[in-house]
Amino acid sequence: MKEVIHNSGLVLDEKLLWEKGKKGRIGFSIPPQDVAVAELDPELVGEDPDFPDLSEVDVVRHFTRLSTWNFGVDTGMYPLGSCTMKYNPKTNERQASLAGLSEAHPFLPESLSQGALQIMYELEQYLMEITGMDAVTLQPAAGAHGEMLGMLLIHAWHSKKGNSRSKIIVPDTAHGTNPASAALCGYKPIPVKSDENGIIPVETIRELMDDETAGIMITNPNTLGLFEENIQEISEIVHAEDGLVYGDGANMNAVMGIVKMGNIGVDIMHLNLHKTFSTPHGGGGPGAGPVAVKKDLIPFLPAPRVVFKNGQYSLEKNLPDSVGRMTAFYGHFNVLIKAYSYIRQMGPDNLKKASRLAVLNANYIKEQLKDTLHLAYDRPCMHECIFSDKNQAAHKISTMDMAKRLLDYGIHPPTVYFPLVVHGAIMVEPTETESKEDIDLFIETFKTIAKEAEENPDILTSAPHVSKRRRLDEVEAARHPCLTG
Amino acid sequence: MQYLPHTKEDIKSMLEVVGVSSLDELFSSIPENCRFDGRLNLPEPMTEWELDDHMDSLAGNMAVSPDYKIFIGAGSYTHHIPMSVKYVTSRSEFVTCYTPYQPEVSQGTLQAIYEYQTMAATLMGMDVATASHYDGATALAEALLIAARKKKKKYVAISSLIHPHYREVIHTYFSPTQYEIIELPYLENGRTDLSQLESGDEFGALAIQSPNFFGCIENLKNAADIAHDQNALFIGSYTEAMAYGLLKNPGSMGADIVAGEGQSLGIAKSYGGPALGMLGSKKEFMRMLPGRLVGKTTDQDGRPGFVLTLATREQHIRREKATSNICSNNNLCALSAVAYMASLGGTGFRKLAQLNHDKAEYLKSELKKAGGKIPFESPTFNEFVVRFKNGFDKKYARLKDKKILAGLPLATFYPELENHYLMCVTETLKKEDMDMLIQEVIS
Amino acid sequence: MKEINELNLPDDVRYTKDHEWAKVTGDVVKAGLDDYAQDQLSDIVFVELPEPGDTFGKGEVFATVESVKAVSECYMPVGGEIIAVNSKLEDDPGLINTRPYEDGWLVEIKPDDLTEMDDLMDKATVLKVLEGNG
Repeated sequence: MKEVIHNSGLVLDEKLLWEKGKKGRIGFSIPPQDVAVAELDPELVGEDPDFPDLSEVDVVRHFTRLSTWNFGVDTGMYPLGSCTMKYNPKTNERQASLAGLSEAHPFLPESLSQGALQIMYELEQYLMEITGMDAVTLQPAAGAHGEMLGMLLIHAWHSKKGNSRSKIIVPDTAHGTNPASAALCGYKPIPVKSDENGIIPVETIRELMDDETAGIMITNPNTLGLFEENIQEISEIVHAEDGLVYGDGANMNAVMGIVKMGNIGVDIMHLNLHKTFSTPHGGGGPGAGPVAVKKDLIPFLPAPRVVFKNGQYSLEKNLPDSVGRMTAFYGHFNVLIKAYSYIRQMGPDNLKKASRLAVLNANYIKEQLKDTLHLAYDRPCMHECIFSDKNQAAHKISTMDMAKRLLDYGIHPPTVYFPLVVHGAIMVEPTETESKEDIDLFIETFKTIAKEAEENPDILTSAPHVSKRRRLDEVEAARHPCLTG
Repeated sequence: MQYLPHTKEDIKSMLEVVGVSSLDELFSSIPENCRFDGRLNLPEPMTEWELDDHMDSLAGNMAVSPDYKIFIGAGSYTHHIPMSVKYVTSRSEFVTCYTPYQPEVSQGTLQAIYEYQTMAATLMGMDVATASHYDGATALAEALLIAARKKKKKYVAISSLIHPHYREVIHTYFSPTQYEIIELPYLENGRTDLSQLESGDEFGALAIQSPNFFGCIENLKNAADIAHDQNALFIGSYTEAMAYGLLKNPGSMGADIVAGEGQSLGIAKSYGGPALGMLGSKKEFMRMLPGRLVGKTTDQDGRPGFVLTLATREQHIRREKATSNICSNNNLCALSAVAYMASLGGTGFRKLAQLNHDKAEYLKSELKKAGGKIPFESPTFNEFVVRFKNGFDKKYARLKDKKILAGLPLATFYPELENHYLMCVTETLKKEDMDMLIQEVIS
Repeated sequence: MKEINELNLPDDVRYTKDHEWAKVTGDVVKAGLDDYAQDQLSDIVFVELPEPGDTFGKGEVFATVESVKAVSECYMPVGGEIIAVNSKLEDDPGLINTRPYEDGWLVEIKPDDLTEMDDLMDKATVLKVLEGNG
């Protein structure tokens, strides 16, 4: 067994905020009172907010200590399938924090916000080129928000044509959010089972697609890490019934510069800038989920849209067929800057290379681990590969046990129990930014854990052992919710 | 390329293991006719310092303080953000992690969000708050959807003094539903006209923003009573969270759900996003709240710890029966907010809120002396509407050239309000900045 | 998960194909989730029950039960009016796991048509169905 680098002893405890501090302290430099105090009607005035008073040192130490209990991409390998936890370049943070951008007010006159508008306009152009689509809106705040917009666009397009459609096809290899997004816009999701090769069977789509079906939601590459080989034929079937093809671009990191979705029948798609385009996940957000569309759908895009005319950038608000507005202003602009910065650093060849190396890393792991873990589909994969706990079942060891044991070895577990198509799924997406040595260490570690499963299963079922906390009681948390302190 | 660690030898040996002869061959499962053969038409790569130059020039093409004196709020507020808040929230352990699905190695994010939920609920006067939403507009739209589904009545009523962009988002979110939206007009005093609700009981929700888009503080108690009398839920909203350092919170005035914008709490304006959608409710609606929630529990050694909880409300479990498809939160923004609220503390929060109010009152009274009219008499917090004489637009343009943005022209949103400007003053503007504006108005 | 031979399936109740149980006492039908259902769901954390006075047809959804990672709907074994609900479950939903046929009952129903009970399965039939699936 390889030497394990465990956490050392410097993991400190820390109280809750309100268990610290003392009335009268402050961690803020309040400006002088240079005007008279103006009393407000006492009827309207409330109590001081019941917050603890802390000094700046109290606050800084508190959050610094908390931060050390987290594992991030900067801590170590984070092969979370379907999440693309690639390295987040530090220069992106510098660009996004430039005062001219981060301090810009969203109601600045257009003449005084040309820099921001140029970034948005150019980012749209880049994303159009990468996807092969005809227009992009940057407004959606997240992938799920992009999906919701996608469904609204499909709805608006059919309404304008006078089509009345009530269903939408959602294969079982599509992203977990898809059925909820469809249902929010009034569509009944029609499930489709993937075939023995893990892809959508064309004949099933041919049978299901009719004039009451608005379209299909396809994740390509799909959540099994496989390319939907029949996508063009499926698109033709859907288009023949006047339906639309929605592409979930969550897995775009596999095919930048290799496949243009707009060329293979996709009408609408969203991208996750926090996956493919290197903006950090931030422990759950903010991300950004721009939506790209083909020409026919442009009139329905959210308002406002950035336009470039006579050397000036401006915001076009007068869009009569628009589905409306998705966020209070123009989306997560600060996140957009980071994606822009990434694309400008990478250029066309490095983006393509990133996809190729992401796919290389995944296939390498698949080959190296397929004798250790059960491989769900033994075919060439794209940027992620899916194993299961089938081989370990004899030792009563589950996917969860192996995931928790990985934590002891300083590696973040892959995505577990998703996709649902594979029982006990272990979904590994290494991304291109992991080196061969780090990937080898991951493989070695998993082999060690598989051996432990045979020889010393207790060490897995009781894992993790050296993290800040051990397994937590989720049942108690849900039975008696304690959401505030 | 510094982000791509593979050497030629690495690639060669890895390809051998995979059993293919080239990187291209890795993509053999993609049919020929699906592949793009060309080269992406994108700008050539920049070095890190070339990129710095390029971005500096773009950022230089923007108007920001202190170079510009900006008297605009309207949903995005200029408040001082302590360096300590920016510093701790930019720690990469917070920034580069995913959603805390492995709680054993995510206690930092989880405890911080639990603390955010607690302080957010306190500020709103609610029993619970979610881990956050995209922004105030989407949080408010979600709140209205909760109420509409709960009450199953024909309409939801919203004030026309809710931020115009928020109303647009609400209309977008409601477009696929069967519920209709009534927009309530405003009164001469700058508050919402609730009279049409006193007779009809076909509305399931009433949403009021306070301070409203004109900066006026609404009578939330009265609105809550009217809603409750008609068996509707009352939703309180705000764009300026700072106001609740001074004002009675919506919960104490009878709100069932509160949805507002927390950008003022330590989050950079960033041309409008990301911001912080704050959403809270009374306990009875807890299980209807969309979005993430963190709860306290214990680990197997009995030590306290935190997990994501009540996940059965969410889209990945309830699938098409979920009430929202949201599956993230604006986590870093919530982290900034909790660090900011902790830095101010209860005492500092009150003091800073009072100062915002004082400064805005100073400008209001001085503008009045300078000939401006204050058309809406209701009390305000740090924003108010002023009406200037006909032709002020020319002066407004001249002021812009002098790097002063004298408020937001309201006629864009309320065509009847020609020559009306929405002015905002926060602690970041000094008396001398305001005096300069007043001098210019008089001259 | 329990093996089929480990399941507790009493002889004095009848079962639906969705694993609700029903038991007649006088003219009242008591209903709950059977051992198989509670075992599949694992630790139950929340139950959403109807109000007394609500009426449902046979096979209609009358309640939902939640575990940490799943939501499951409960279907009426017979049509009728809900006359009582088990309020103990509010604080202690785990009773469905520990005592599914006793303290873990869900509702009492005043049936519209008691002969609907005849469509339900006995223990032997349930076991046969489970083995068929297994």
